[in-house]
Amino acid sequence: MNLDIRVAGPGCRNCQELEARVIKALEDLRVEATVVKVTDFKDIAALGILTTPGLIINGKAVLQGKLPSVGIVKGLILEAMRS
Amino acid sequence: MKAQEMPAEPSGATGTAAPGETSPRRTRGLGRYLLAGIPALALWMALYWVLEPFSKWVAFDLAGLAESSRLGMAVQFFLFEAPKVLMLLLLVVFGVGILRSFFTPERTRRILAGKRESAGNLLAALLGVPTPFCSCSAVPLFIGFVTAGVPLGVTLSFLVASPMVNEVALVLLFGLFGWKVAAIYAGTGLSIAVFAGFVIGKLKLEGWVEEWVYATSAGAGMGGEEQIAWSDRVSAGLQAVRDIVGRVWPYVLAGIAVGAGIHGYVPTNAMAHLMGKSAWWAVPAAVLIGVPMYSNAAGIIPIVQALMEKGAALGTVLAFMMAVIGLSLPEAVILRKVLKPKLIAVYFGVVALGILAVGYLFNMIF
Repeated sequence: MNLDIRVAGPGCRNCQELEARVIKALEDLRVEATVVKVTDFKDIAALGILTTPGLIINGKAVLQGKLPSVGIVKGLILEAMRS
Repeated sequence: MKAQEMPAEPSGATGTAAPGETSPRRTRGLGRYLLAGIPALALWMALYWVLEPFSKWVAFDLAGLAESSRLGMAVQFFLFEAPKVLMLLLLVVFGVGILRSFFTPERTRRILAGKRESAGNLLAALLGVPTPFCSCSAVPLFIGFVTAGVPLGVTLSFLVASPMVNEVALVLLFGLFGWKVAAIYAGTGLSIAVFAGFVIGKLKLEGWVEEWVYATSAGAGMGGEEQIAWSDRVSAGLQAVRDIVGRVWPYVLAGIAVGAGIHGYVPTNAMAHLMGKSAWWAVPAAVLIGVPMYSNAAGIIPIVQALMEKGAALGTVLAFMMAVIGLSLPEAVILRKVLKPKLIAVYFGVVALGILAVGYLFNMIF
């Protein structure tokens, strides 16, 4: 199954850091995924994200408003792959 | 596709249905943390009480500075105030971090959606204090609130209160000025947020919001409430300490160092005719200087405290602080994405008016 990951945020420090951690988590897990940054406010709102950074996996918002550790990101990715 | 995701939404339902199953585990977690927390708090208090004698001992006995000398006064001031404020920050930021785990932006939005003006403005201002969000989230939050049916004025009350009345400002005010000034600041800050949102709501300026905002259909987001265990709340508190205290401590130290310098070297009443009560223009000048200054409460309050000690008036000083913290140019630039320039001007104008009123009021009372 193709994994589709979106990182929502206008480009603040936390958003960039989240993207870096997602990439790190994918490398650690040896999982392929498309990682897209969503920076347009209209698109962020359409995803239902109220506070940035937001993490959306396969169209589902799994986290917002806080910067998770790489370990938590891994858990979220694995959980999304199972369902 | 969108409709498929909706079943996750039935908001609140998951939040209320589960307690029977999860609460025993959650309360047991709480007990364990209380057991560890009480000795930690006792240790904190013991340390807090010895700070002042300790700072005097280091400055006057160990370093041998004269108690009445300028350097001695400045050094002792710094040695006492800096650890005191940092300790207060640690404690309060941790507590607020835990408190915030109870308030998610989504829950706040659900509470505010469909609320009418006035009561809604007050509620929004109060919720603005504990609801966590950083300044770069102001725009998505604005869109999310407005499209979910939170009135424009109520949304703005929330956006004004959130940065202005924050835990770092309150801790510094409490630590350096005492609880009365902290309470006055919180009360007037909330009043300004309620007033500004109410006025803008009455003016019916929805047309000055960028058209695309109302055309956006906000997505479902995270859906139902997540069940949070106490261990997660405690780690949220620790995370807040790392984030906030980790970010502001250099400003606090720098601010207190400048404050200590003023404390020791600037003669008393030097500021009296510049920032004192008699100067009617002091309050607007303080606001004008404050708005373009972009600083946080951490850096500005210790300086402000030193100014006040040297004869600046409380109202002038409060107005300056509120202008620095509550209104900032970067915020205007960010909000420009969703608000037309006319509305930003009104927004800043109304908030600035509120700040002026507070400044004059307190110069009159005190």
